[in-house]
Amino acid sequence: MNADTVAAVQPAVELEGITKRFPGVVANHDIRITVEPGTVHAIVGENGAGKSTLMKILYGMQKPDEGTIKVNGEEVAFRTPSDAIASGIGMVHQHFMLADNFTVLENIVLGAEPKKVGMLDAAGARARITELAARHGLRVDPDRLVEDLGVGDRQRVEILKVLYRGARILILDEPTAVLVPQEVDELFDNLRELKAEGLTVIFISHKLDEVLNIADAITVIRRGTTVASVDPGQVTARQLAELMVGSELPTPETRESTVTEDVALTVSGLTMEADGFRPVPKGTSVALYVEKLREEGRRLLLDDVSFEIRKGEILGIAGVEGNGQSELIEAIMGLRPVHGDITLDGADLSAWSTLKRRESGIGYIPEDRHRQGLLLEASLWENRVLGHQTRPPARSGIWINRRASRADTERIIKDYDVRTPGVDTLALALSGGNQQKLIVGREMSGEPKFLIAAHPTRGVDVGAQAAIWDHLRHARAAGLAVLLISADLDELIGLSDTLRVIYRGRLVARLDPSDVTPERLGGYMTGAITSTEET
Amino acid sequence: MPAGLYRALLTIAGAIAAIILAIVISSVAISAAGASPEAAFAAFFDFGETERAVVNGIVTMLNRAVPLFIAGLAVAVGFRMNLFNIGVEGQYRIAAVCAAYVGSTFAAPAWIQIPMIMVVAMAVGGFYALIPAVMKVTRGVNEVISTIMLNYIAINLAAFLVRGPFTGERAKGVLTTTTPTLPQSAWFPNLNVVFEMFGLPAPRGGGLWGFLLVAIVLGVVLWVVLERTRFGFDVKASGLNASAALASGVNPKKMVISAMVLSGAIAGLIGMPEILGDKHSFGSNFTPGLGFLGIAVALLGRNKPGGIAVAALLFGFLDRAQGPLQFANVPPSVIMIMQGTIVLLVVIANEITSRIALRREERRAAQQLGRNTPVEVAA
Repeated sequence: MNADTVAAVQPAVELEGITKRFPGVVANHDIRITVEPGTVHAIVGENGAGKSTLMKILYGMQKPDEGTIKVNGEEVAFRTPSDAIASGIGMVHQHFMLADNFTVLENIVLGAEPKKVGMLDAAGARARITELAARHGLRVDPDRLVEDLGVGDRQRVEILKVLYRGARILILDEPTAVLVPQEVDELFDNLRELKAEGLTVIFISHKLDEVLNIADAITVIRRGTTVASVDPGQVTARQLAELMVGSELPTPETRESTVTEDVALTVSGLTMEADGFRPVPKGTSVALYVEKLREEGRRLLLDDVSFEIRKGEILGIAGVEGNGQSELIEAIMGLRPVHGDITLDGADLSAWSTLKRRESGIGYIPEDRHRQGLLLEASLWENRVLGHQTRPPARSGIWINRRASRADTERIIKDYDVRTPGVDTLALALSGGNQQKLIVGREMSGEPKFLIAAHPTRGVDVGAQAAIWDHLRHARAAGLAVLLISADLDELIGLSDTLRVIYRGRLVARLDPSDVTPERLGGYMTGAITSTEET
Repeated sequence: MPAGLYRALLTIAGAIAAIILAIVISSVAISAAGASPEAAFAAFFDFGETERAVVNGIVTMLNRAVPLFIAGLAVAVGFRMNLFNIGVEGQYRIAAVCAAYVGSTFAAPAWIQIPMIMVVAMAVGGFYALIPAVMKVTRGVNEVISTIMLNYIAINLAAFLVRGPFTGERAKGVLTTTTPTLPQSAWFPNLNVVFEMFGLPAPRGGGLWGFLLVAIVLGVVLWVVLERTRFGFDVKASGLNASAALASGVNPKKMVISAMVLSGAIAGLIGMPEILGDKHSFGSNFTPGLGFLGIAVALLGRNKPGGIAVAALLFGFLDRAQGPLQFANVPPSVIMIMQGTIVLLVVIANEITSRIALRREERRAAQQLGRNTPVEVAA
């Protein structure tokens, strides 16, 4: 700490004129940031503004084309992350990099194991970790398996991992993206402790309230360059957002209700075992069988999930990731066998194949577009055909109708404002937002009766986000039933007509989105509030 | 330049570079074997002095290329959806022995007899490929392992059948066992007419196999199926992104079974040119190894019928030089070294060129968009 006090005259990190070009795009352009030691410095910008590239440069994962980096006043040139670690810079990634089947202790020392005559010095490591944890107020049990830990605990392990390697400057990439509000508060307490100890924190986010809450200084990045450095005491969230976006902000609020009386989708008693589907034994009913499973104390991924969605209604499902959302989608899409009934427009589709379900009018915006939504190495028109290969305009007899598919792709590109050179461009050449707009356009084009929208605006820029929200609202006004699953609580509250909370595979609460706060929603999501029906 | 043309040119450039490099590496191997590389490469292009010798050389090359082409197609169908049908070897041998035997048991007009034999071959090949496919979809058995194991069964079963139940009468002084000779109506007419049209002498032996035409039709039909039909789209989607294909309603089990059976049915035809056009029976001296070479041919041809044709011709060209190489005092195993290095280098070149092409695509898209959208960042 003394060293830091002495070095206080020097900025902890100073970036001067950093420019990084990728083929065809300038990811960073003349970035200038000065981070004072012992502060929490926030870097804000919308998705795709160049924050991640900048952090990769600072952490030695990429080399800048131009510009200098100074750490504690000394100019450095990192070739690998090891160089950055050696200079006291540590990074906590957005997606945790932990081995699930290792204990906390093992994870922390992994790659930097203290040795005693060639053996792992567990006692020494434990002493050091306990000391670090106590000093920085990061409480974790070093002997627990990481797979048993919650998201907040895992993040603390990640932070400890970085501290263990002697980092004095911590980069946190979107640390709150996976946390519920209560966990965010805890994280912020931890960060304040770190700051008090003289450590420097670089905090990357696009959640402005959080930034204003924790940061001592804020740098705004827009379109790859630093547009402003502001003092959090002197700006409002609104002003910050306008700096970030450079234009007026979109809001996800749906205006008037379009919910009709007609039920489009009914889901009743969906139950899924954790250890693989088994058919219900002859002579018993599903309900009895599920009752038996519960008595035996088996873990259920979905536990008696029932809901109805009416035409023109958006049903939002809130929940911490991994509480059954993916399984629910897979069950409705017919990707995974499940007990219970699913009815669309009066037709029981429980026994149908995925293809038949899609043909009967289910649209699907998948949570991971690269994994489930796109053929990255195929052209846009082929991606238009995907999932619609049995229906016109894509199909004529046994053939794929190439001309009609191309023409319809042109229509999607125009109507959904997909920025692309043409229909023959490979999907991988598009930005995330444009890929997502193509998917939304494709899923809307089959005239669906029911749409599953899983994280529809994850990882897309603000412009595309507003466009996607608009399309969802229009479709809803036209009588589409939508199941919205999202981690963005503002999106959920703003778009949904009805909100349900999923917790450990059960729907635990029904909330009215017009009078719920993200904090209360967070309480239900973590199981902190357990009363069920509210409205 | 259109992206498609650019990519094609890039691929060709990559392949040429790989072949040149393969020549260099093989030269080292030839020198190490104590022979002269110049003599070896001269032998590859030495088709003989007389017109007849040249014709014979070309026919040898084409006759070798035809089954390799069919084998390449069979393997490529599976490869297209990341299904590694290593079992083409076994499938074509078991199909050949069964088809040769069934064909010898009856006599019908040629236009019935020949298609019948081909249908039997495709059915047997397809059925033999169905076994690993069913094992994969019901029990998750890896098709690489199961097809390799099934190869051993097929090879030994074929050897047993030709000696046992399917054996024919052995002529005096002949050492090989064969199935009964096919009736004349099952002999596929040769294409020696082509040489006569140019006033060239007819090649010796069976001549240019007429099955060449069937192979060409097969290649075209397969191209249409893979590139233009719904089935072809499902195959492509499953190969590029299996989970996206699943989510879009493609039934992976159905796809595995149909692709495997199609692959096996095509594999069934590999032995047909030899049986129908030349030997007229399946014997213990039936050409082995075509299924394994088909894997190399498919890799070389990037799983596209056009590319596979070129690759098969290249392999045919190299294999033809067996004789001339021996005359030039070069060990003919040089051919295998060359084939091996070419495949290896072309696979590497393909990987590099496709990366370059993808990057260019990204860059092009970014550039075009850069022009259309206002950039508000002040320089």
